[in-house]
Amino acid sequence: MGLHDAAITRHNVLVTSVDNVLNWARLSSLWPMGFGLACCAIEMMATNASNYDLERFGIFPRSSPRQSDLMIVAGTVTMKMAERVIRLYEQMPEPRYVLSMGSCSNCGGPYWEHGYHVLKGVDRVIPVDVYVPGCPPRPEALIGGLMKVQELIRMEQIGISRADALKKLEEKALDPRVFVEQERKVAQA
Amino acid sequence: MEEGKAVSQSVQQSAAAYSMIQEQFGSALSPLDANETMPFFEVVETARWVEIAHFMRDHAKLKFNYLACLTGVDYPAEEKVGIICNFESLALLGHKLAVKLKCQRHGGSLPSISCLWHTANWHEREVFDLFGITFAGHPEMRRILCPDDWEGSPLLKDYKVQQSYRGIKVPY
Repeated sequence: MGLHDAAITRHNVLVTSVDNVLNWARLSSLWPMGFGLACCAIEMMATNASNYDLERFGIFPRSSPRQSDLMIVAGTVTMKMAERVIRLYEQMPEPRYVLSMGSCSNCGGPYWEHGYHVLKGVDRVIPVDVYVPGCPPRPEALIGGLMKVQELIRMEQIGISRADALKKLEEKALDPRVFVEQERKVAQA
Repeated sequence: MEEGKAVSQSVQQSAAAYSMIQEQFGSALSPLDANETMPFFEVVETARWVEIAHFMRDHAKLKFNYLACLTGVDYPAEEKVGIICNFESLALLGHKLAVKLKCQRHGGSLPSISCLWHTANWHEREVFDLFGITFAGHPEMRRILCPDDWEGSPLLKDYKVQQSYRGIKVPY
């Protein structure tokens, strides 16, 4: 379904659908908002830096919500911060995506019971597309989550809603355990 | 104190400092608790706290120029809340002393020492925020960590978190 699968004719002409081109352009330059809230932000910065090199996916942080199309909520969202997160989200132009990184922003994390000041999941205030579990998640996990966002964009079409795209993504999701098992068998052989 | 042999030099210094304060203020103070970790006394007449603190800071043989910490404590069994101030004469005389004060658990008030040590300004606001003690004479008595319209004092033992804050559900 990707752009690379589209047929190329003799005159270097690539025939594909508008959806494919638009989606390819958008998913190849995901610009996240450059802000972090806690220790997850350190891991996010490490992912941006040279070892994991997010720029190879066209991902690099922007310093303004007006220029970004992805929000990585990296860290503990306090009740005080929740309002600021909402405002930043509203300042982002559509189509926008939200990736919730780490246990705190997924569900409150270690503060779930006694952390009176912590918002128990950023999805209580803004809609989240992809959750990345971990405390904090390793850079590989974050990259996995970002690739999930790319997959979501690939599912989108002109005229279908985000909810439909998420449903499509769910239907087309592959079970990673099959591949893990396959890799294990190869390694053991 | 009578045994003498096991008492370290720092506790002896603290005891000497205490006896000077005690000479001046007498029954306003409790006896010294000369433990090895942090020798302390309690100010029984809390109304004289600023006067005592001023004496501790400015007397030539005390010179507590450094307020290392000011914390709140909850004593639900006694129906009281209180503060603990850790003082030190930093780089001058070197002795240390802790002071405790208590007041009633709900709507209690203590004198502010933020006019003497500026450190106390934010620390007293923190105690106000988390324990609900107001400090009389503080220049800016409002919450410092929680939002201004937060309900309750989170570090009291019987604290129950509010159900919602500005339309957002708070409990898990």
